[in-house]
Amino acid sequence: MAKQSSYITIEGNEAVAYVAYRTNEVCAIYPITPSSNMAEWADEWAAKGIKNIWGNVPDVIEMQSEGGAAGAVHGALQTGALTTTFTASQGLMLMLPNMYKIAGELTPAVFHIAARSLAAQALSIFGDHQDVMAARSTGFAMLSAAGVQEAHDFALIAQAATLASRIPFIHFFDGFRTSHEANKILLLSDEHIRAMIDDELVFKHRQRALSPDAPFIRGTAQNPDVYFQGRETVNPFYDKTPDIVQAQMDKFAALTGRQYHLFDYTGAPDAGRVLVIMGSGGETAAETAKALAAKGEKVGVIQVRLYRPFSWAHFAKALPPTVKSIAVLDRTKEPGASGEPLYQDVVTALMEAMNEGKIERLPRVTGGRYGLSSKEFTPAMVQAVFAELEKKQPKNHFTIGIFDDVTHSSLEYDPGFSLDESEWRQALFFGLGADGTVGANKNSIKIIGENTPMHAQGYFVYDSKKSGARTVSHLRFGPQPIRAPYLIRQADFVACHQFNFVEKVEMLPFVKPGGTFLLNSPFGPKAVWDQLPRAVQQEILDKNLRFYVIDATAVARSTGMGTRINTIMQTCFFAISGVLSREEAISQIKKSIEKTYAKKGATVVKQNFKAVDETLENLHEVQAPAQATAAVTEESIVPAEAPVFVREVTAVMMAGHGDDLPVSALPIDGTYPSGTTRWEKRNISDLVPEWEPDICIQCGNCSFVCPHSVIRSKYFHEAYLKEAPAGFKTAPINARGYPETKFTLEISVEDCTGCTLCVEVCPVTSLADRTKKAINMTPKAPLLEQSRANFKFFEEHLPVNDRDKVNFSTVHGIQFLEPLFEYSGACSGCGETPYVRLMTQLFGDRLLVANATGCSSIYGGNLPTTPWSMNKDGKGPAWSNSLFEDNAEFGLGMRITADQHLNQARDRLLLLEPELGAELVQGILGASQQVESDIVNQRSRVSELKSRLQKMKHPAAQYLFSIADNFVRRSVWLVGGDGWAYDIGYGGLDHVLASGRDVNVLVLDTEVYSNTGGQSSKSTPTAATAKFAAAGKRIGKKNLGLQAISYGNVYVAQVAMGANPQQTLLAMREAEAYNGPSLILAYSHCIAHGIEMEKGLNQQQLAVASGYWPLFRFNPELRRGGHNPFVLDSPRPTIPLKDYAYNELRYSLLARTHPEEAERLLSLAQEMMNLRWKTYEDMASWGAEAFQPVFH
Amino acid sequence: MMDLRTQYMGLDLQSPIVVSACPLSEEIGNIVQMEDAGAGAVVLFSLFEEQIRREQDRLSAIQMATTNVFAEGLDYFPASDEYAVGVEEYLELIRVAKERVDIPIIASLNGISSEGWIDYAQQMEQAGADGLEINVFYIAADIHQEGRLVEERYLEIVESVRSTVKIPVAVKLNPYFSAMGNMARELVLAGANGLVLFNRFYQPDFDINSLRVLNNLQYSVANEIRLPLLWISVLYGRLNASLAATTGVQSATEVIKYLLAGADVTMTASALYKHGIPHLRTMTSDLQSWMRDMQFKSVEAFKGALSQQNVSDPAAFERANYIRILEGAKR
Repeated sequence: MAKQSSYITIEGNEAVAYVAYRTNEVCAIYPITPSSNMAEWADEWAAKGIKNIWGNVPDVIEMQSEGGAAGAVHGALQTGALTTTFTASQGLMLMLPNMYKIAGELTPAVFHIAARSLAAQALSIFGDHQDVMAARSTGFAMLSAAGVQEAHDFALIAQAATLASRIPFIHFFDGFRTSHEANKILLLSDEHIRAMIDDELVFKHRQRALSPDAPFIRGTAQNPDVYFQGRETVNPFYDKTPDIVQAQMDKFAALTGRQYHLFDYTGAPDAGRVLVIMGSGGETAAETAKALAAKGEKVGVIQVRLYRPFSWAHFAKALPPTVKSIAVLDRTKEPGASGEPLYQDVVTALMEAMNEGKIERLPRVTGGRYGLSSKEFTPAMVQAVFAELEKKQPKNHFTIGIFDDVTHSSLEYDPGFSLDESEWRQALFFGLGADGTVGANKNSIKIIGENTPMHAQGYFVYDSKKSGARTVSHLRFGPQPIRAPYLIRQADFVACHQFNFVEKVEMLPFVKPGGTFLLNSPFGPKAVWDQLPRAVQQEILDKNLRFYVIDATAVARSTGMGTRINTIMQTCFFAISGVLSREEAISQIKKSIEKTYAKKGATVVKQNFKAVDETLENLHEVQAPAQATAAVTEESIVPAEAPVFVREVTAVMMAGHGDDLPVSALPIDGTYPSGTTRWEKRNISDLVPEWEPDICIQCGNCSFVCPHSVIRSKYFHEAYLKEAPAGFKTAPINARGYPETKFTLEISVEDCTGCTLCVEVCPVTSLADRTKKAINMTPKAPLLEQSRANFKFFEEHLPVNDRDKVNFSTVHGIQFLEPLFEYSGACSGCGETPYVRLMTQLFGDRLLVANATGCSSIYGGNLPTTPWSMNKDGKGPAWSNSLFEDNAEFGLGMRITADQHLNQARDRLLLLEPELGAELVQGILGASQQVESDIVNQRSRVSELKSRLQKMKHPAAQYLFSIADNFVRRSVWLVGGDGWAYDIGYGGLDHVLASGRDVNVLVLDTEVYSNTGGQSSKSTPTAATAKFAAAGKRIGKKNLGLQAISYGNVYVAQVAMGANPQQTLLAMREAEAYNGPSLILAYSHCIAHGIEMEKGLNQQQLAVASGYWPLFRFNPELRRGGHNPFVLDSPRPTIPLKDYAYNELRYSLLARTHPEEAERLLSLAQEMMNLRWKTYEDMASWGAEAFQPVFH
Repeated sequence: MMDLRTQYMGLDLQSPIVVSACPLSEEIGNIVQMEDAGAGAVVLFSLFEEQIRREQDRLSAIQMATTNVFAEGLDYFPASDEYAVGVEEYLELIRVAKERVDIPIIASLNGISSEGWIDYAQQMEQAGADGLEINVFYIAADIHQEGRLVEERYLEIVESVRSTVKIPVAVKLNPYFSAMGNMARELVLAGANGLVLFNRFYQPDFDINSLRVLNNLQYSVANEIRLPLLWISVLYGRLNASLAATTGVQSATEVIKYLLAGADVTMTASALYKHGIPHLRTMTSDLQSWMRDMQFKSVEAFKGALSQQNVSDPAAFERANYIRILEGAKR
């Protein structure tokens, strides 16, 4: 264990967890971005047996929700354990009830919060203070850290102060900006941590705990006579807390030399204008004030550390007596309030001080909002706020950092203003998510931060897609600690790791004149110039950039690195960025390689060394010609025929200029148009499928499994081909009774992610060429133009096949149904989206979707675009995401509305029957709506009804008009992952299934929390590793299917589209047709399984073949008809579990790290599986009477 | 009690029956059983360099594809200490085997790169292997490659491994050299302490219904012993190296034949798949019975008794014998 403070380059979350873990006995955890990795660190340290300062391994327990975590924290605290938790945003909201209890009972504890936005008009994972501000009335003290070092230090100060004060603490720091920033900090030694924690206080905490050896009760119910007084008993503790915190800060300073105050002032001692702020923005503000004051401006900044309890006395001490005007900046929003919370506190404190005669005059105080959802907050914005304070009538309740053209709250600022950045070397790297750029940069920061005297900072920006995602790495190096929590805008060095970015991504506006541009290019130093777009050429010339190229892909190939270019690009950076001397840089990088790959053997080390050496040989400086040579091209980001909103708003976001959109451009209530992914041609894969009509048997498998709905089929009369583009491929339809009818399979190659599932699933191979299937991957570039033309013709000229003529019962048939979920941002090869798409093909035009937060809500609803689309009649899925925990209830609400309105509509319809005529009315009321032709007919009746209603004067007519659409049977689907269904939303789901109402639940079961990074859920199988189950899951997966079956009246199916698509289709249709609750458990292979995603379908087959994932359907309708409702759809296991499991990293990791434990767990898993299979087999052989009767 | 002791590459073995490289030795429990059943030594299953590489590449590709891609899920697997793939497990098996059994443990390596041969050979020696068998499984499918280059490749590998480790090194060979005898001699000159005759290529078969290439494994059978028998007989006594026979050893009969030809050890695997590891016990006792019947007190007493140099008609192993056999077939 560390004895002395030492430098380490570390991210905020780890820095905080490091202290929290060492100073607690229990951590009750639950994953939520951006706090998850604090909990992950704690779990991993516990799995490795790392001890806290008392020599014990803390108990780290994952709960089913943050509500559960808070409850466990409360219980552990009440019985005397030092207990902590880590959370953010909605998670903190779920903890609120317990927080009131914990504070009311004066219980020492620290909750570490990576502060994040709350879901309002939209969810956001990014940072602001809305969550912690919503907790400010709980009675928790609130300590705010501004950067990584502070977060590390405050984790300890908060722990010490909570023990001393008995007031529980929220220790918060900005989500992402601090939680995910890597910075070089001084790591607290165990001696320092030990010295800050007083064991006497720990013992007192234990003495106050519940114990049958000294019994008492706590948690009473109180009446009007005493509750109020009881609530006031705690006042002295709050009164003392500020001094206690300051005392701990002073003690900390004596130990470490780092002195903090409840309010820290930076700037001119005689400042007239002062800005009050907390969180990471405080660093920006303080650094700006320092710089402005050095130039003679009378400005200063108060950084608030202890926000609650708010100490006027300490605030006054920090405030320069010369102050005339104050701007208080809040990173939150309280609509309707008289101001945001910090502003209100400052105003109140000043007013009270005035009233009490502590000050003679009131400075002018204004309040403003900044930085919501990690909106950039820069020195330029700070300067603008100071400038505003100089005005006679500075704007109050202002915003900074956006353009508010609606209520005109925003201040203008000069984006060109910046601080002196000359002592930093700043570098920007543009890469793809999967190309290792970020990993290499994290490594570079560690190399420089930990092996040289230089300081280093790294921050990484990701886009919202899960496939083809771009990353931008912002790295700063300098001789002093780097306090700059904002993005780099004028870099010394810009690297582009993907050549095709030169066409798509603006990079050179961010390099400063005379800077360096490094491009990974297949073209050499002579040829590259002519391959660059005009704007790039011009910028290189205008800024007189040093321009280097390397063919990293070729070097990787020639040195046996495969497709891994990260080490090569990292070497280039070290060689030419000038951060270190070239010799030192190369020696450092080699040292790092040796350390990283030592265990993999000398061969791997040598291979990497070779890559480094060859990199240097292949890195070339380009001599730019005197003038730009490329033609000027202006390509609009979306085509002219796109809807206005897409052109004017969505396209701006797509171009990366969303920050420039004014308030007026955005919808007021979070409502966005459907079907916008079709305008976002991302072109992320160089390889795309190509159809071979002569080989194809038109089975529909490829379009069935396509995760991004890029493969479409239609049949049509051959006369349509007259207008087809040359080269449009067709085949005679493979069905009898369709003369002169052609079949075509078209691929929207610009939306393809290159996953190859279609090729994997294709069942036919050419007899002439055994390597060729009916669909094959091929380079996109040569066929792009043709494909575009083909797809346009397919979409615009070939009619959509009539739904009532399509055979819904076969995979072959449903390929002709239009998907109303297309081109999502899901991972390439995603195992979830094919189910979602199928749902929209079958029921999309009458579908209501309640979507639990998770992967599906992100690829379904993360701006700028949505894959949920509509058909040519403007009908399509109505989709919404409420929260993570409430999705079942949310969806049930949708069902209840539909039922309620349908009932009302029926009454009104009968009322109006004399006017409307019996034929129409009885037609509508008596429609069966079981098959598609029924639905089509009903739609036309409803359309007729609405048209007649519009002409009627009866007061009921208008009323009926507003709800008449409900006559077309609505299909309500509750969609979410296993984290929702098995854990956080389980109680609600159970209740909804027990309600008997006609809802359909689709569980996209990836067996982990996929969206937040693979944490264990109660669906995670035995023997698999996952985050929070680092030592392998030791209990069985919950059998949600059997639980639902136990109700008797719930339709339940377990499906795996990769193993048996026909059964999947059947189950979906039966579930929807069943007039009651239905539950479909859908095996969804996932990147979190650690597989090659192109093998996802194969893994599904193995999951079924091994008996791990039996396919079954339990249909209460069969029971009602006197039959056994349980049908087992898959055969007896033919392979052992390990033949399936050990293809996946989640299982094989444990076999590598703990082989004996892996073997033990896997044999247990096999045993459990055998038992479960036997249960199913038995059930399949029972008579109907062995199952519960169906009640409704 | 018959004396079954033999020497193989300077290692003292209690029996000439050795388990050849096969997946049975992946389990430590099997290795213990092999010793109990009387194996003189165990050659561990082959560590294939390309398998390790492929697995490493696969894991790094999966990890790269899932790391630092999406802001909410920056990685998907619990961080474990840096783990090595394949090699570490193999080395651990050597270490454990050395702790659990007394018989020599010979590691088997199948490399593809010069670094790989050296790197892994060194690690195997450090892990405690008593000897090393290098398995140059190489099919010269490139029709432009000259035979000489293929031979040089073998020799270079042997030289580089020999100069890397101190433990004895055997080379497992295939029989397809133009001058097998000379090649054997060259290999010994390059430093091989033993020659293992012969490697069985797993040759493909076709499924005529599915039009697919089948890569299924066929166990060796007793009548395959003739080729190695020939060459062991020819090489016996002519090289300063041990000889191991490794094809078709199904029963004591083949063991005896090979020993008569001059093998120092005989290696078996297929028989153990067919009959189980305890079959070693049967082979051993059958060998002892035969020796008793033939009144041989030790293996040394009859080793090489029917080798080319010891038979009265050395031409029996050469061309003249071939003609005689063909003529015999006509009758």
